[in-house]
Amino acid sequence: MANEAKTISITSQMTRNQSPGIDLTKRPRLGELLIQAFLFICGAISIFTTIGIVLFLGQEAVHFFQSPEVTLWEFLTGTVWQPQIGYFGILPLLSATIMTTTIAMIVAIPLGLGVAVYLSEYAAPKTRSTLKPILEIIAGIPTVVLGFFALYTMTPFLRSILGKDVVSIYNTGSAGLVMGILILPLISSMVEDALSAVPRSLREAGYAIGATRFEVATQVVLPAAISGVSAALILGISRAVGEAMIVAIAAGAGPALTANPFKPAETITGHIVRISGGDLSYDSIDYNSLFALAMVLFFLTLILNLISQRIIRHFREVYE
Amino acid sequence: MSPTDDPQTEARPEKNRDSSIMLDRFQFSSNLARRHRLGRIWLVLLRFSTLVGILALTALIASIINDSFGYAAIQYKVDPNSLTAQGTPLSELSCEELIPILEENLSTNRFRQLISEKPLAQWSQEECYETVLAEVAKPKILETWSLVYSLRYKDLLKVYTEQKYPGSELVFKTWLNRDFIDSPQSSDPLLAGIRTAILGSLFVIAIVIVVAFPIGIAAAIYLEEYATPNRINGIIQTNINNLAGVPSIIYGMLGLTFFVRILEPLTSGSVFGYSDPTTANGRTILAAGLTLALLILPVIIINSQEAIRAVPGSLREASYGMGATRWQTVWHHVLPYALPGILTGTILSVSRAFGETAPLVVVGASTFVRFDPDSIFSKFTTIPIQIYQWTARPQDAYKNIAAAAIIVLLLLLLTLNATAIFLRNRFSRRLV
Repeated sequence: MANEAKTISITSQMTRNQSPGIDLTKRPRLGELLIQAFLFICGAISIFTTIGIVLFLGQEAVHFFQSPEVTLWEFLTGTVWQPQIGYFGILPLLSATIMTTTIAMIVAIPLGLGVAVYLSEYAAPKTRSTLKPILEIIAGIPTVVLGFFALYTMTPFLRSILGKDVVSIYNTGSAGLVMGILILPLISSMVEDALSAVPRSLREAGYAIGATRFEVATQVVLPAAISGVSAALILGISRAVGEAMIVAIAAGAGPALTANPFKPAETITGHIVRISGGDLSYDSIDYNSLFALAMVLFFLTLILNLISQRIIRHFREVYE
Repeated sequence: MSPTDDPQTEARPEKNRDSSIMLDRFQFSSNLARRHRLGRIWLVLLRFSTLVGILALTALIASIINDSFGYAAIQYKVDPNSLTAQGTPLSELSCEELIPILEENLSTNRFRQLISEKPLAQWSQEECYETVLAEVAKPKILETWSLVYSLRYKDLLKVYTEQKYPGSELVFKTWLNRDFIDSPQSSDPLLAGIRTAILGSLFVIAIVIVVAFPIGIAAAIYLEEYATPNRINGIIQTNINNLAGVPSIIYGMLGLTFFVRILEPLTSGSVFGYSDPTTANGRTILAAGLTLALLILPVIIINSQEAIRAVPGSLREASYGMGATRWQTVWHHVLPYALPGILTGTILSVSRAFGETAPLVVVGASTFVRFDPDSIFSKFTTIPIQIYQWTARPQDAYKNIAAAAIIVLLLLLLTLNATAIFLRNRFSRRLV
């Protein structure tokens, strides 16, 4: 209703303005200024979020490093994570994170690229418009559901193939595989966007010199979109590093330094979920250690995201 | 990728220059069959990778359905049919007939406790029946089987249970049923339901929408319509892009320190004079909602920005030309035009918040809530949290109720997304 009143006031103003000798100089409008200030504050909330993350997480992490039991060096190089007996070495957790991420990317990168090339270069428009939403459904499935899938479908499947002695009930392998399935649509949809942005003229030129469809796709289109493609891959890695529920459910509960993907091991995220889900007293060293882990995770993903953004900004091929 | 490194294809342009055309044509056509074959092989591989994605989705849905139905071996501590004198089935008795059975078989303490939870006069026949079944007959699940297994080895299972669990009953359970959706949480998988979790999820999502929707759109309007390209605005934009990539669990840690601990008086409601003995130190629905709101804020802003950017500039110019102020232009022309896009993006990000688990575990979801949340200062549990807790337990039956809860969650998400599509179609028809 207020809007109507406003419109009426505008029209009445306009009729008044038709009289001679009107003042057309800009007048300060308090309402407009207030609105702009409000909008700015809303925009700035994101800054406060970042400051909050760095400040609060950093503060607790500093508490952690101030305690006599830990040093930064031990934290970064220690091979045992046993908070009960005062061992805080991040390597077992980090190695499990790297393990699940690697397995996920081994699945997601070739498949994601394959799907993207197929959808953008081969598929008929109709096929694409059916397949794309189906793949996007996977990206929208809550990760706790995928964790369930990893534990109760993927692991039994692996165990039936490789034998129950080889594959433990909880293992990084099946968590990594399912994580790969989660990241596949993420990569494929970003890569497909990048491929579609390559102008048609480049493809036509490729066909004109006698290249086959596949050669055009891999030797003309893919290199032309390389910035978008690599940015997508890095974002995929960043997502895999930060993914929590699949590994919390399926990868195992207990830090372990192992290179065997069929043995249980706990990732950084999985550890945070398990410990904070239990009874935890504030300001204990266990509690503070979670924040040190979270800081590592934050900077790891931040660096990956920044690289990805930089690639897009600096190596983007601009076609008119 | 072998074809990219293929020396023959790489070197072709040079040979064109050097050798005679005849030789080149010969080479070209001798290569051609191979190149086409390579193309066909790769096409099969590309199709295969697409197929893998679809197969994974199918396998996921199939395995969940597979686990939410199937036979279960149930053993009663007391045979329910032996409780009635005349041998009439328990379910047909009225409440007046059932209550004596309760009194007879339960300890006085337990009976008093039941009455204190709800006066006897208010009990419905169904409640009486269920209480007798749960408290006196005490069914216990010994083993469960998946749907495929149940259908394939039906007869085998009957023999197996008779031999392995004498005195037990083999029942075909539909784990997703009305009772499951209706009943509150319970430590017994047979009685456990998901009502508290559904309500918890809805409460949390309501807060997320109320907080994140206006702030997100306002921020998007600022960045697209007001912000001049200066340093601060550049930082804000980069920052939002970065926040969108921060793992959700980090937001959980932020929520734990800021909303749960620092703002405890606010999130536990004590500032407003609200004191609930069951509320645990700010680990409330409000804290959870605010955390998730922060989590999806960057996504909402980015989506809304895209929608606002798609509004043609001519519309703004026309509005300014009529003498409208900036805000009038935004409110009357830009926003209505961008609304379908904004709504779609927002609802999709809300559905992401709906399925989030990790940040809520960190913020401090309660492991066991029997009573429905009554305010935003109540303890909370949500559907994904429930699924996580049930999945983490080793017993068979928990797997089945987790699968049933997953179906509920996926259906709710489907409804949300369908709403997004419906709203988009409806608004775009009206405005454009």
